[in-house]
Parts: sequence; C-alpha cells; structure tokens
Amino acid sequence: MTEVVQQDLASERQVQTIDSETPFKRFVSEFFDSKTASVALFILLSIIILAVIAPWITPQDPYDLAQVDVLDGRQPPGAEAFSGYTMWLGSDGAGRDLYSGILYGLRISLSVGVMSGFIALLIGMAVGLLAAYAGGRAENVIMRVVDLQLSFPAALVALMLIAILGKGVDKIILALVVAQWAYYARTVRASALVERNKEYVEAAACLGISHARIIFRHIMPNCLAPLIVVGTVQTAHAISLEATLSFLGVGMPQTSPSLGVLIANGFEYMLSGRYWISVFPGIALLVTVVSINLVGDHLRDVLNPRISTGGGKAK
Amino acid sequence: MPNTLEVSGLKTHFLMRAGVAKAVDGVDFSIAKGEVMGLVGESGSGKSITGFSIIGLIDPPGRIVEGSIKFQGEELVGAPEERLRNLRGNRIAMIFQDPMMTLNPVLRVDTQMIEALKAHQNIGKKEAWTKARDTLGMVGIPAPDERMRAYPHQLSGGMRQRVAIAIAFLNEPDLIIADEPTTALDVTIQGQIIHEAQNLCRRTGASLIWITHDLAVVAGIADHISVMYAGKIVEQGNIDDVIDRPAHPYTVGLLGSVPSANNRGQRLYQIAGMTPNILALPKGCSFKERCDRRTKTCEVSPEAVERNHRTFRCHHPYFEEVEV
Amino acid sequence: MSAPLLEIRNVSKRFVKKLDVAGKIAARLGANISEETVHAVDNVSMTINKGEVVGLVGESGCGKSTLGRVVAGIHNPTDGQVFFEGQDISALEGVRKREVTLAVQMIFQDPFASLNQRMRVEDIIGEAPVYHGLTTRSEKSDYVDEIMEKVGLDPSLKKRYPHQFSGGQRQRIGIARALAVKPRFLVCDEAIAALDVSIQAQVINLFMDLREEFDLTYLFISHDLSVVEHIADRVLIMYLGRVVESGITEEIFDRPVHPYTSALLAEAPRLDQRKREFAPIKGEIPSPLEPPSGCHFHPRCPHAIGDCSRQAPALEVVRRNHIAACHLRERFG
Repeated sequence: MTEVVQQDLASERQVQTIDSETPFKRFVSEFFDSKTASVALFILLSIIILAVIAPWITPQDPYDLAQVDVLDGRQPPGAEAFSGYTMWLGSDGAGRDLYSGILYGLRISLSVGVMSGFIALLIGMAVGLLAAYAGGRAENVIMRVVDLQLSFPAALVALMLIAILGKGVDKIILALVVAQWAYYARTVRASALVERNKEYVEAAACLGISHARIIFRHIMPNCLAPLIVVGTVQTAHAISLEATLSFLGVGMPQTSPSLGVLIANGFEYMLSGRYWISVFPGIALLVTVVSINLVGDHLRDVLNPRISTGGGKAK
Repeated sequence: MPNTLEVSGLKTHFLMRAGVAKAVDGVDFSIAKGEVMGLVGESGSGKSITGFSIIGLIDPPGRIVEGSIKFQGEELVGAPEERLRNLRGNRIAMIFQDPMMTLNPVLRVDTQMIEALKAHQNIGKKEAWTKARDTLGMVGIPAPDERMRAYPHQLSGGMRQRVAIAIAFLNEPDLIIADEPTTALDVTIQGQIIHEAQNLCRRTGASLIWITHDLAVVAGIADHISVMYAGKIVEQGNIDDVIDRPAHPYTVGLLGSVPSANNRGQRLYQIAGMTPNILALPKGCSFKERCDRRTKTCEVSPEAVERNHRTFRCHHPYFEEVEV
Repeated sequence: MSAPLLEIRNVSKRFVKKLDVAGKIAARLGANISEETVHAVDNVSMTINKGEVVGLVGESGCGKSTLGRVVAGIHNPTDGQVFFEGQDISALEGVRKREVTLAVQMIFQDPFASLNQRMRVEDIIGEAPVYHGLTTRSEKSDYVDEIMEKVGLDPSLKKRYPHQFSGGQRQRIGIARALAVKPRFLVCDEAIAALDVSIQAQVINLFMDLREEFDLTYLFISHDLSVVEHIADRVLIMYLGRVVESGITEEIFDRPVHPYTSALLAEAPRLDQRKREFAPIKGEIPSPLEPPSGCHFHPRCPHAIGDCSRQAPALEVVRRNHIAACHLRERFG
C-alpha cells in the first residue's frame, strides 16, 4: 500500500522539484541522511588524506633502507627508536616503524586498488556497452567470456596471472584488472540493455545521430550510477585482493611493503606475543575496506531510484 | 439509517523533508447506501490519498491530522488497527489501478479467494470454494473453474483486474473504493469492467467511490461527483448539475478541455499553467493563478458554499452563465 | 498529381524471439517450446498526403506503435516498402537519406523515458541541429531559444534538466527536440496519453498551432477515440496487426461499418451519456502470438458467420473515402 501512496506522492513531487535543487544537491543531501555512511565517508577521506601526506607526518621513510635500523626491530608500541622518535605502534621484524609503515602501505594499497579499479571500469564499460548495443551473436560471445571469467574466483585468477607474469606493481595492477573487468562489464550491460530500449534512444536514432554518439553521449551517462556503486565495492575488493596476494608472498616486494606485506611479516611473531606487527596493519586494512563498502552500500541506496526514499522521509 | 460513509473535515498531511504536503486538506462528502460517487481530479489532487485515508492505509510520513470518517455511523479516525483490519476486505473493499496490489503473485487464485473469505467469515473450505468460483463467474470470467487454479501471471491484465474485483466483492462489502481501476485497460475491456462493477453494486446494494481523472467515465456511472483540486473538493453535486452547469472555473475548464464531436477541429479550451505544487500552494484560493476570473477577493481562501443542490468553493462561480 | 508525402505499401513487421542454446537443446529433447513470432504489423498499406492529420486507432497489441516506428524509420519493415515523396526510403543514400530521416520525426508517449535525463534541455533540443549542421555551436543558444518559444517554453529554463519540469512541459521539450531538425512529418505515438486532462488540451492545441505554422503532416497514434475524432482528417482502425477500417473522420465516426469500430465507439465513455448501461463486446484481445484464423475479430464479433473464421476479409470500398475489411460490410454499410 505504501508503494502506491509513494507513487502518488512521486507524481506530486515531480511538480515540487520544479524550482528546487539540482540532481547533485539532492544526491548530496540524501547521502548525508545516513549517519553510518557519513561517518564512513569521513573516515575514508581521513585515511586518504593521511596516506597522501604520509611523507610529511611520519618519522621514517620505510622504503629508504638507510633509515631502517634492524636494531629497532620488534619494539612494542610506545618504544623509543635509536634515532630518537617514539614508535607509537611499535616496529616490525626489519625495524620499520609501524606507524610509518602503515601510512606508506596505505598509499600503495589505495593506489593499486583505485588504479586497477579504474582501468577495469573503463575496459568493462566499453565491453558491456558494446555487447548491449550490438546484441545478437557479438553479445552472446562477449557475455559467455564474461561468465567464464566470473566462474573463477578472482583470487585464483590473480594468483595464476602473477605466477605467469612475475612480481611487480604493474603486474599486480594488470592481474587485478583481469580479475575484475568482468564485474563491470556485466553491470554495464544490464543497465545499458534497459536504457537501450528507452524512448530517448529511439528519439536519438530518429534524429539521425550516429551509433557511437548514441552509445557514449546518451546511453553511457545513464549507466554510470550502478557503475559507481560497483566501482566502490570493487575497489575495496581490489585492496583486499592485493593484500591477499602480498600476504601470500606473491604481491608487493618486501622493500616496498603494502599492508598485506606488513601483515604477513608480523604473522610469524603472532604466537610469540608480538601481536602489534600484524594487528595494526590489519586494523588499518579492515577500517579502509569496511568504510569503502559502507559508502558504496549507501551510494547504491541513494542512486537506485527504486530503493530511494526520495523526499518522502519523516522528519 | 446513517449514510454508508460520512467524511468531514478530513486532512491527511505528509511530513516531508521539503515541507508539509497537504495532500488532503479539508474534504467533506457523504455517500448514501447504494450510491455511486465519482471522485475526479488530476495527478496530485489528493484523490487517491482520500481513498487510502478512508480504509486507514496511510503510512508515515503521512498522517490523518484532522477530521472524521464515519462508516455506517462508526468513527474510523483513531479506531484501533484491529478494527480497521476487520473492516478492510470485509465491509470496505478497495480496487487498485494495478490489480497486483491485491493479488499475491505466488499464490493461486483459489487460495487467495478462499483465504479472503475465511478471514472474515466462518465458512467451510468447500463452501468457500464454491462461493469464490461463483463470484468469479459474476465478474464475467469465462470458465471460472479453470481460472480458479491459475496463478495471477497466467492471466491477462483485464482478467487480473476482474479477479481483483471479484476478491473485493467476495464478502459483499457495503463500500467499495475503486482507485483508477480501468485506467490501464483498453477501451473494450474498460467497458466490460465498468459493466461488471455497476451490476455488482446494483445487486448487492454496495456504495461505490470511483476515483479517476476521466470525467467521461464518471459521467457514465456516477450519481454524484466530487471534483478535487490541490487537496480540496472544489465542487460537488449531482452528476447532471455539475456536468451540465458547472459552477467552479476549474470544473468548467476541465469539461471544456475534453474533446468531443461538437468541437471537431477547433481549438480546445485550455486551463493555463500547471498542476500546482502541493508543497507550496498559493495563499487563498489554490486555483487562482490559473483562473481567468480571479479578483482581489481570491486572496482569501473560499469557504464551501451550498447553492442550487451543490457545494463549491469559489468567490466567482459560473452560475447559469455558461452552457457547456 | 504529385506523389503523396508518405506512403507505405504492404508493410509487415514480425518480431521473432529466437531460442537460445539451452532452448534449442530443450526443443530437441522434445520440450514444448519453439521460436515465437509476433506479427505486430500484418500487410498494411496507407498513404498520407501533405498537410493531412491521419489518426491511427487501436487497442494494446494491435501494432499501432510498431507501425508508427516503421514510418519514423526506427524499425525496418520485415516486408513491404515505405515511400517518402515517392522515393523508397530503403534505397536512399547520402544527403537525401539524411534529409528524409530528419523530415520524419516522432513524439513519444512517456514524458519521462523519452528525454535523456542526464542532458540539459538546451542540449536535448540543440544536439541534433548542431550535429547535422543546421546551426553552429555558437548560434545554438539562440536557435534553441527560438524553438522553445514556439512550443511555449520559457527559454530561460534551458539550462535545467528534464526532471525539473512537469509532465506537460517535458512533452513540450520532446516536441521542441523534434521541431529543431525542421521536420515535415510528425509521428505522435500516444503523445498525450500520459498527461493530465487539463494539460492534454494544451498539447493538442499546440499540435494544431504547429501544424499551421510549419505546414506539418501528422500520423497521430492514439487509443483515445475522442482525441482522434477531434484532431484527425482521416482515421485508420487497427486490430491485431491489420487495418480493419479506414476513411475520413466523419465517415468512420458517424457511419462505422466494421463491428469492431462500432464496438469501440459504443464503449468509449462520453460526457453526454449519463448513468448509461455499458454493453461490452465479449472476450479478450487475443494474443498476437496466436491470432485467430480468418478475420481476427471473429471470436468476439456478435455477427460472425462461418466464413469469418475461414477467410480473412480484404479491405474493400464501402463508400467514397471509406474502406472496411468485413465479410458483412454490405449489411452494415
């Protein structure tokens, strides 16, 4: 019953919006309706800022071997390093300050996650749009490849690729892209199929506008909303996948540790009571991934017109 | 004997972020036993919300803030949910534009109908089945025995609406609220549905509120008509009086904008402007900005006036000046 | 005599739902599924002269929207030809092809779905004229202003997005978008069905004004008889993919011949008929997947005779300016 009332109000709302907000403003105000999502976004932004300004707020550059002193190794949180600063989160086996290590690790994890997510998004979007617009046999072939890709666990695909390609940041990004593009392709195709049959696409065809322009100027912008949602969630996924690979020892090299490497390094000390080496990077990873997911979840609610509460929320 | 339904001063408001939407803002009407009332309005006029208010299906952020709804003398505003549930589907039934609002897609027609019967009557399963089948036959469904075993998705749109109507009539209610029941249907199917609804009401003596935007349909079936605009009934009365001699400029405009054989090829009368925003209604008469008879007095909201067998809200009615 | 502005000759449009791999295997194994063919439009011919308004009436599934899309060039016909000014449009190329494409424009039913909600009104209206060189990027703004004024929209609103407009205004944006490429023929597919009553009148009046100002020809598709009666010079009645009756408006409305047309006219509610008895024709509209044999209307027809189920009646002349497809046309004519 509520639905009908909502529909009726929706038709009433259509009139109401006439002189009010832009879509973006409404989106923003709806997003901040959720406290959880607002807090998650705040945390996420803080993490990103911390990661970006890491070199200026950390006492040590964990990549610079000259600054790392093995004698500082395995110090508990709060210990003082030989060079005089306090290691608030302790240090790992190699003598890296964990606070510095985590922030630098976040830089790597975030950039690998975002880069691979972005490239996968571009590839997936192009493939998905093409499949939806072309239809017929081309669509069939493309979507069967996507299905095949999706039937393998992403971690397995990435592991196999790393095994073939070897180590390195570029290789990891490539592996993550290959493991993820299919999700984007499937999402874009689904929404492009819906959009393709809408009357505004027929109108564009009627106006003699070229296929390429219809795809990129008309259909694509209308498919972006679900893509942004999948994008955030997949980026979180990419970050944890990278951590997994690094933890297994096939990811980032020891010399430039990501969060996964730090966790792996601390793992052997867990039973000897030096919990901090694994736990603090673990918490950082957890908080990052969870906050991205919360933001993504709420984005889905706000961007999906069917779930969206619109303006009909009680004060 | 009291009227089947008496609504007075009904106000249903929605508290939204953007403000208070006065969807229904002071509605009065009454319906006698066996009477058919057409409730006419455009989108956003509050006609559907009025219907939902009567059966007590207003969910937050909506709320009945004022007024009374008396069903056979019994006050429904503020009545316990238990009592309302008992009345709904039993003494008061509703038919929606989309029959799937009534029908459960995963249950067979017979299951749903028997359930509806047993919820309100002490009746055996076999007896209920027979009654359900007979009701299906009554709404013009061919081969009702077969249709009883069908799932809603196996039926066409017109058939589904018939099943929904059959369910509404199962417990022989005293009041039926039909909210745009034929809007989504084709002309020939619409004719059939109206035909069945008319027959059933006549047979069972039920009162009917037919909510629609289509004046021609209302002209064909209703005894009385209420025209809603921006949450208020701007004109109500006997169907012939209102359609042949409308008083309110909005009614005049609506009637004038319906194309007919008399004005083939000519320009249609058109009401200027747009349907109003119920979140920001103008002060005074809410129709004044679209009205070509407005004067300074229209800054004051017109009270309902009763004259010549009808009630209207207008300072400058068209009484007996214009023949339509 | 010069060629009619638009002519379609024996046009059919079939939609085939092909089986996928799983379906094919299942069919091989004896499952009761096969390819489904919908005869949306079945051998329809018509001519529309310059300046005419032709109404196309029918209920859901009768193929009127599909026919409109064939005329507008959105669908290609499965069989038959479409001629514009005597030229077969499938044979056109280059500049002339573009000219004809732009000359025939369509106005859609849904004022929400027919506008790209991610584009500003200015771009919705101005995109095609710039793309086709009817105006330049720098003059686009003035060009759009002028068209918006023509359809009764305030040009100062052109930076807004479609969702900021009401249904009636959105429909005007759709009309402006079509007018921007200087069409000569408009296909209006249920263009007012989704609008409020008071807004419908505004849009109908707008169509009639534009017809005069731009010398437009219309194919006006609608299920609403009273609107068609008001606006059209000639009317075609379709039932399940076929034209069952056609003629000038007065003929069809005052002296209908086909029992289906009579039924439609009888069922349509009218303001001047109070407390009436609706005496509906029986039955449902059959599925276009399995249309009845012979005359498609015979299972619902109160006058059907033996021949009706065996042989499809051809369209034949009843009177001057009036043709119908009914075996009993002489009795009703």
